[in-house]
Amino acid sequence: MRSILKTSFAAFVAAGIAASAMQANAQTLSGDLVIFSDMSNPAPRAVMEGMVERFGEMHPDLNIELTVIDREAYKTQIRNFLTANAPDVANWYAANRMLPYVEAGLFEDVSDIWEGAMSEELASTKGALTVGDAQYGVPYTYYQWGVYYRKDLFDQFGLTEPTTWEEELANCQTLLDNGIKCYTIGTKFLWTAGGWFDYLNMRTNGYDFHARLTNGEESWTSDEVRATFANWRQLIDMGAFIDDHQNYSWQEALPFMVNGEAASYLMGNFAVAPLREAGLTDEQIDFYQFVEITPGIPKGEDAPTDTFHIPSGAQNKEAAREFLRFVVSAENQTLINNGANLGQLPVNALSSVDDDKFLQQGFEMLSSGAPGGIAQFFDRDAPAEMAAAGMEGFQEFMVFPDNLDDILERLEATRQDVY
Amino acid sequence: MFPTPVQKSSPAVRVGYQAFLPLALFLWLLPLIAVMIFSIKPDVDFTTGNYWGWPSSFEGFTNYGLVFFESAMPRYLLNSVLITVPTVIGTVALACMTGFALGVYKFKGNLLIFFMFIAGNFVPFQILMVPVRDLTVDMGLYNTKTGLVLFHIAFQTGFATLFMRNFIRALPFPLIEAARVEGVAEWRIFVYVVLPLMKPAIAAMAVLIFTFIWNDYFWAVVLTQGPESQPVTAGITSFNAQYRAAYHLMSAGSIVAALPPVLMFFLMQKHFIAGLTLGAVK
Amino acid sequence: MTISADSYSQTPRGWYKRNEIAITPWLFLAPGVLFFVVYVIAPIWQSFGMSLYDWNGLGDIDTNGTYVGLENYNKLFGLNGERADRNFQISLWNNLKWLVLYLLAIPLGLFIALFLNQSVRGIRLYKSLFFFPFVISQVVVGLVFSWFYLPNNGLFTIMTGWFGFEISGGVLGNPNTATYGIIAAGLWPQTAYCMILYLTGLNAVDPEQVEAARLDGAKGRKMLWYVILPQLKPATFIAFVVTIIGALRSFDLVSIMTGGGPFGSTRVLSYYVFEKSLSERGLQYGYAAAVAVVLFMIMLVFISYFLWSMYKDERGARS
Repeated sequence: MRSILKTSFAAFVAAGIAASAMQANAQTLSGDLVIFSDMSNPAPRAVMEGMVERFGEMHPDLNIELTVIDREAYKTQIRNFLTANAPDVANWYAANRMLPYVEAGLFEDVSDIWEGAMSEELASTKGALTVGDAQYGVPYTYYQWGVYYRKDLFDQFGLTEPTTWEEELANCQTLLDNGIKCYTIGTKFLWTAGGWFDYLNMRTNGYDFHARLTNGEESWTSDEVRATFANWRQLIDMGAFIDDHQNYSWQEALPFMVNGEAASYLMGNFAVAPLREAGLTDEQIDFYQFVEITPGIPKGEDAPTDTFHIPSGAQNKEAAREFLRFVVSAENQTLINNGANLGQLPVNALSSVDDDKFLQQGFEMLSSGAPGGIAQFFDRDAPAEMAAAGMEGFQEFMVFPDNLDDILERLEATRQDVY
Repeated sequence: MFPTPVQKSSPAVRVGYQAFLPLALFLWLLPLIAVMIFSIKPDVDFTTGNYWGWPSSFEGFTNYGLVFFESAMPRYLLNSVLITVPTVIGTVALACMTGFALGVYKFKGNLLIFFMFIAGNFVPFQILMVPVRDLTVDMGLYNTKTGLVLFHIAFQTGFATLFMRNFIRALPFPLIEAARVEGVAEWRIFVYVVLPLMKPAIAAMAVLIFTFIWNDYFWAVVLTQGPESQPVTAGITSFNAQYRAAYHLMSAGSIVAALPPVLMFFLMQKHFIAGLTLGAVK
Repeated sequence: MTISADSYSQTPRGWYKRNEIAITPWLFLAPGVLFFVVYVIAPIWQSFGMSLYDWNGLGDIDTNGTYVGLENYNKLFGLNGERADRNFQISLWNNLKWLVLYLLAIPLGLFIALFLNQSVRGIRLYKSLFFFPFVISQVVVGLVFSWFYLPNNGLFTIMTGWFGFEISGGVLGNPNTATYGIIAAGLWPQTAYCMILYLTGLNAVDPEQVEAARLDGAKGRKMLWYVILPQLKPATFIAFVVTIIGALRSFDLVSIMTGGGPFGSTRVLSYYVFEKSLSERGLQYGYAAAVAVVLFMIMLVFISYFLWSMYKDERGARS
């Protein structure tokens, strides 16, 4: 899925222009700008190509080379190209996912971009891009997580969107009594279970505890963590989740919701598109924020942020910085995140959000309904080894809840090793 | 002949055997037959749970049409050809030479080098994985067909050398002696005396390596990514990601991917089996 | 075949000409050996070296990695006060299951070969169709079997259902059955391979010995055990070697069918190496290299055995 889009305008440069460029400011960029991107799905790809085109028009002397790499393959390939043939700009993810690269000195310190107004405009994700006192990348989009549910099924059984754990359980019991599973989930690739853990733990113990836990500062065998799993177990014992979920990917779990065998799905906003494609209308699907569990705890939310970085080995860092500034501008973020493009949320506080009902609700939720804080996602907040062990444990717990003690001891052992 | 030929048994046994053969074959190939039927089923059969029954309608053309015209499959197939064919040529060329050197000459270290090739051939891939990947990256060949081909040639040379050397050993040595007595240069002996006699071995080696390389999945995952250089085995898995749970399309894709080695096997059956069973008969 | 060599015999013999027989083999060996050393032999040593480092695969191992001696091995085996790696133990244990159960391909292959070793009409076609599974990529085999094992809709699940048998979570979703499910899938092509080895071997069985044994009253199982099997020894040897190697290389099927899951219960060493290094969340290259070295050592036992018996043959051929 690699295509090279060459936008070459630098063929002829009159002497006069060159002369004026000598004294001009950073606005006149020249040379090559090499961008590696993982935005390989059709819509994101068009967005990326559009950004390159618009940036190219602003800087006609710049020769931009865009290479789009398959999103999954990119995750391992980045290790090679950052050292072997670094581009000037590269996509990646925030928080712990970027940490090894920052520590290996492979990402450039871009704190200068975050100075001044930008610091305010991008405040919501600043923490996720900060290591020590410096920032190592900029965000271009994020999306909410939450419960997507079949409104028609809820109506049919007289259910309303729950806000407390008791209501959640009561709703679920009604559904189960009518032969419908409460939640669909496919845990074959583990991370979906990570979403459940994030929410249950943030609601049971609060965002701060969750952040400390993923940061290795809390024990996995603590009473707090056990309380989280006890709540989870309530759902498992009720039979709330679909059977045999360990066999399915997240996409393979969608039909259960589409066919009405399960009523809801704790997922990222990207689940909306395939649900619509499968034939569900916006009247049939709706969204609610994950309910409160421990009363009074400020709610934290998962909102994974996708980012741009400048590799340390970049050749044209000046142009790269300018591109990053362009990416984070309110105007650009409004455009690339609208329903016709990414269909996600802009990070810049001055951008406007698309009219799409899920995006509106998500934006509302993240900007005013998440006073606790914004987490990235379990596998981005925790270091790779901890994330892998953790999510494997969550899957095991969902199948064999009785193994909990054993699982938690293993996770604690992993924590001792990793941090 | 063992077991006793059925012709010598009672008519009941004979008929029973003849009748049981197709049944046994059907059971043995059931997984394959299932994919073939999957590949002509319509999408709705899977949502209605009619997985293993008769297709509710024939959608073979639609499914295969999609695979051929609307997916990256043709590209993956082409990549597989462009990876497999050069590997076969390269390996056979190298192995003829090493096999000749080890089979004809007596010199110190002959057996040692021979054993190095054999031992290397059995090494677990994983111990080579990271160094080979780094080497390929350093040469600028990561995610290129060339990078994959070079490694395959090197690795397959081990197995092919074993085969070629044993084959050459079995050739009549006096033929070479006679040529030497006449003062023929050694390389000419290779080209004009030995090579022509090696044709069956070359054919056997070629089909076998073709199949091995075509079916390689591990190295394709380690050294390449994306439709511009990945072969069809790795392509199928990304095809999965694209059409997750679309069993009919994945089946059609699998059949298309499996076809070339199957054809190769049927066309060159004798050579294929000769290659595989090397050493099984003394 | 006529070869004109007159022109050569007359020319004065140069250094090369004088040493031709000694030099030629090395010239012929050079490209093959070079390739092999660069791509196979050297990487083995590099992996040994890498296994002594703590390195996340980023940057250069000398600058970004830390030399830790045998620390990685201590972690694997739980030596020196470290906690033994549970995932490594699971992998090792599964590898053992693979080794033992995969060997079933040999008797199964022999059984089918005996069944097919007849000369009725169309038997050739039957033989090649029986061989079919071996020609197909393991990726396809893995996919097909995972559909077989699907919970609810898988054919296997439906069929076991007839006998009132239910595997909770599906064959591949249940940690107690998943590895066996994968091994069964692997046995399908491997049995075909062993079958073809035995079919060829059976062709070469000495008919006179069989007849003689028949006259002595040997039949059925006795005949097989005392007369046929000894003659099939070379075929059994090759079948053993390729099956062992196949069992230890079991990466493709695990990767396609379960990805090591559910909760890591189907890991094998070869998959674990990949998981710890090149996979999405694998950033422990040094540790992965240590696992690879262990796998290599296990394989080395079999490689040594194989080389030793080849060496005996070579000696035998010379004397």
